[in-house]
Amino acid sequence: MTRYRLRGLALHGALILALLVFMFPFLWTIVMASNTTADIYRFPPKFGFGGHFFDNVRQVFENVAFFQSMANTVVVAVSTTLLVLFFDSLAAFTFAKFRFPGRNALFVILLATMLLPAQLAAVPQFQTMAILGWVGSLKALIIPGAANAFGIFWMRQYFQNSIHDELIEAATLDGCGFFGTYWHVALPSARPALAFLGIFTFVGSWNDYMWPLIVLTNPDHVTLQVALSTLNRSHGVDYSMVMTGALLAMIPLVIVFAIFARQFIKGATEGAVRG
Amino acid sequence: MTATATVPTSTLTTTPARRRIWSYWRFYLALSPFYVLFAVFGLYPMLSTIVLAFQRWDGLSARKFTGLDNFAFLVKDPTFWTALENTVVLFLMSTVPTLVLALLLAVMLQSAVRFTNVYRIAYFIPNVTSLVAMAIFFSSIFSTNFGLVNAALRSLGIPQQDWLGQPWGIKIAISTMIVWQWVGYNTLIYLAGLQAIPKDQYEAAKVDGAGAVRTFFSITLPQLRPVVLFTVIMSTIGGLQTFTEPQVMVGNSGGTGQSGMTVVLFFYRSAFLDNDYGYAAAIALSIFALVLLFTAINWRIFRGRSEDR
Repeated sequence: MTRYRLRGLALHGALILALLVFMFPFLWTIVMASNTTADIYRFPPKFGFGGHFFDNVRQVFENVAFFQSMANTVVVAVSTTLLVLFFDSLAAFTFAKFRFPGRNALFVILLATMLLPAQLAAVPQFQTMAILGWVGSLKALIIPGAANAFGIFWMRQYFQNSIHDELIEAATLDGCGFFGTYWHVALPSARPALAFLGIFTFVGSWNDYMWPLIVLTNPDHVTLQVALSTLNRSHGVDYSMVMTGALLAMIPLVIVFAIFARQFIKGATEGAVRG
Repeated sequence: MTATATVPTSTLTTTPARRRIWSYWRFYLALSPFYVLFAVFGLYPMLSTIVLAFQRWDGLSARKFTGLDNFAFLVKDPTFWTALENTVVLFLMSTVPTLVLALLLAVMLQSAVRFTNVYRIAYFIPNVTSLVAMAIFFSSIFSTNFGLVNAALRSLGIPQQDWLGQPWGIKIAISTMIVWQWVGYNTLIYLAGLQAIPKDQYEAAKVDGAGAVRTFFSITLPQLRPVVLFTVIMSTIGGLQTFTEPQVMVGNSGGTGQSGMTVVLFFYRSAFLDNDYGYAAAIALSIFALVLLFTAINWRIFRGRSEDR
């Protein structure tokens, strides 16, 4: 019995150690953000939290248009997420529950697009944006990402397993058209799958870096990630201030994740095991 | 015959072909957003990239058709080979430890009874955090004079290292960040895979007197193969496209000896800093070829083995 208990202790010891390693960068970011750079530059470095957080925040606001880039990021992430949820679930519902000519061919094309790396399109896409007059505009980030193959594939799996054909027949008998059935029957039943796709899209959009760096040419109208890299490049030695910016840029993501964590983790692992 | 001659067939046979397609318009409309967006922002640019790869263009003057010149230059360009080598080395340096650690953690997490949800959530958080913010964080702890890593080394009496100023140091810093970010994600995937293995197989192994190590290699690992294949393919696709970590940590130049220069960073630099669009298009095609090649290799290794058994 004691041997068993010892094993349990060792097990949790190792798991907690891993937990500390994973959490350490966040903790250390807070430590850096609450101290002056001089404190961190000392040897040995200061380990506790300091009282300089608000000074650092003020400096971040002075050096980059923080609220502007935060607002840009929110606009991009929220509208991309809503559009993706709508377009992807509508297409997925159609693929999952209806038969029509060309269905299989269209689905194969959809799957094939998932293998294509984004860089393959980046140069001409920039030219397209220039022709449309979208260079420097948030539209250049939102519109191209408004529907994606992964989301359609993911939602289709869900609709196939969770909505019975009888339910759709019943809705049709009640006078629901195709769109009515989607809106009143399919969508409400798909909440868990929508929650996962929603957070997945939101996080991805929030963290997108290369494309915003390319297409948002005006330094005053960038997203948070680009603003952060600018802050690092021009004030790289002032780590306290730069890490304060990094911390502020992470807070919304941590909040979103904290609310939906369970659903998200369940969704993130499901595809791998089923596939 | 009777099964097919139910309700819809009667309408199908009496309607002319043109009306038949038209009667499905709602479905095509519902699918159209993805395909329209893909055509405009995916397919058309990709086809243009292929054309562009055979041209010389700085974005301003007229495009000039140069045949295979871009590719000929590419295979002779030392930066390209450096980038290719760095990408593969970084991919191996990050993927191998990530997957081994993840499997280890997943096996431990499976035998844990309490707090499993707390661990799961905490392990996953690195994967949903700001990539740029964390790249800045990792460059700060690897900084030479003030970084935490060197402070730790000094307190142990080991001389400090110039991490971000040395080729191997840069690679260690970048892959440390990738490992930190992806271990938790893969742990959860392996855990889900482990939980899907039937319990009676373990009981049978126990009856046969197999030890923990033997059980792991004869039951757990073979059963987990499809899940491992999934994680390897995902890591390959992600690893071959590494950009943000080196770009933020060592800059557009790729750092000392270009040792942080990855293929995608090389692509970014050629296109959007050097305005050498035709050349960048050729690099983009090589990235695509690389992804296909590695996916095929992974597929062959894992599929081939499972068929041998």
